[in-house]
Amino acid sequence: MQFHSFAAFIAMGGHGFYVWLAYGVFLLVITTLVVDSHWRRRRILARQARQMRREQVAKPGGRVVKGQSFQEAGESS
Amino acid sequence: MWAFFHKLGSPKWFFDIAGRCIPWFAGSSIALLVLGMVWGLLFAPPDYQQGDSYRIIFIHVPSSALAMSCYVMMAVAGAIHLVWRMKLADVFAKAAAPVGAALTFLGLFTGSVWGKPTWGTWWVWDARLTSMLILLFLYLGIIALRAAIEDPQTSARAVSVLTLVGVVNIPIIKYSVNWWNTLHQTATFTLTNKPTMPPSMYLPLLVMLLAFYLFFAWIVCVRMQNEILEREKRTRWVRELVTPATARR
Amino acid sequence: MTARMTDQSSQDLTSTSPTTGLLSAFLVTVKRDLLLAFRRRQDLLNPPLFFVIVVTLFPLGVSPDPVFLAKAAPGVVWVAALLATLLSLDHLFRHDQDDGTLEQFILLPQPLAWLVLARILAHWLVSGLPLILLSPLLGTMLHLGGNLTGVLCLTLLLGTPVLSLIGAIGAALTVGLRGGGVLLSLLVLPLYIPVLIFGTGTVMAASDALPVDGYFAILGALLALAITLSPLAAAAALRISVSNG
Repeated sequence: MQFHSFAAFIAMGGHGFYVWLAYGVFLLVITTLVVDSHWRRRRILARQARQMRREQVAKPGGRVVKGQSFQEAGESS
Repeated sequence: MWAFFHKLGSPKWFFDIAGRCIPWFAGSSIALLVLGMVWGLLFAPPDYQQGDSYRIIFIHVPSSALAMSCYVMMAVAGAIHLVWRMKLADVFAKAAAPVGAALTFLGLFTGSVWGKPTWGTWWVWDARLTSMLILLFLYLGIIALRAAIEDPQTSARAVSVLTLVGVVNIPIIKYSVNWWNTLHQTATFTLTNKPTMPPSMYLPLLVMLLAFYLFFAWIVCVRMQNEILEREKRTRWVRELVTPATARR
Repeated sequence: MTARMTDQSSQDLTSTSPTTGLLSAFLVTVKRDLLLAFRRRQDLLNPPLFFVIVVTLFPLGVSPDPVFLAKAAPGVVWVAALLATLLSLDHLFRHDQDDGTLEQFILLPQPLAWLVLARILAHWLVSGLPLILLSPLLGTMLHLGGNLTGVLCLTLLLGTPVLSLIGAIGAALTVGLRGGGVLLSLLVLPLYIPVLIFGTGTVMAASDALPVDGYFAILGALLALAITLSPLAAAAALRISVSNG
């Protein structure tokens, strides 16, 4: 252990601001990467599920709602 | 060998393998990141010249190194995509580009923050910082080109060509910037040109480097899975994958 | 009138059979592009005009001090040349894309990279060469000595073809896109940096009375590399852009 007290650890020998700024931004960026990648997954799955439910509804015998089939065609391209 | 290559072309096969690897990549990278940061911030000795500000090195060097090797990996993927039309290579290139850009930004930002206590200014037209800035422009250009072309196949091939052109240029750019730097500036204190590091300093650096690579593997695998889901959404296996989500709602 | 001339020239181009020599195909392409360029005089005049205006802005915006200007001159002229080239690059394939000639061009029996090289040469003749001819005038206005102005012209002579060559790749990649012009500069400018550095570096070395042959050798090497590789890359990019555009 290089630091005698917690205060000394935060101060980083006078360079605390720079060290913590760098580490703070680093943690922010990698957290953003992780969160963004996983949220994207959830969005894709949710959209796909919605799409499939719409297809279920639009099937012959199912309830066909005007406008939905159009939207579907747009998404399938 | 060829069987393996053909398997690599199958998105479902890769999706399953990536799914199995992701927990390991995630766990080990988080563990090593924590270990490396605690080691570097608490236990590594202070630098005899720079004191404690040098502790930024433990994030600066890994992010810069990974940012550069990420570009090379993307170029290799671009070549594979152009020659063998392997879709997975393009999936990789697409998934890696934003991650590489983020890492380049991190390398630049931490370098600049480190420069303030070391050189006295936030920005020095140091050869390394300048080449990183140009690398960031190259990444942004690739991302912009991909976003600009609507047809996914065209954009994939155009981006592959651009990445390859960039990778031919990178050594020339690096050489020219180094040369320009020596012309304009007399001996500045360079970040990495210091007396050989003792093991107590470079061991945590190695740990962080490994942690960064594992982190990169983790995030790129997740993003590649996302991209595969998006591209294969018409196929049976993706539909079956999605069904439980429909049942739950 | 213009349309008829265009038709005739493209007829020349398509009538070249596989047996026609590579050289004549090259020359026909250059001739056609030059002819088309001279039919659009305003497009021809804009880049040099832009070049002069950008250079004029620097003394007005920074300082008219002769010592400062002489020091900044190579950088100012080079940056202006870079931007002027960029401005003209967007036209390199766009008009042909718009009227469909580009698809015919790709289908020609001659190797595409070779014909692309011819178009790049034509582009340089109408966009790069005027800049070089104007640079002695600008060198004088920026108080660059006669000797250094000569060096500056020589660096431009070696460097501007590289700008056209690299730029052609970017132009080929963005040819089918709306608003491709801004994207083009984003893609191409980072790749111009080595040319800029060595172009200005040569003039600066000359102003310090250092030997400059080494610098010219590097610029020449960049040119040789660009001539061999970039037509190939630009041809590949054209095929990609047009096949699905």
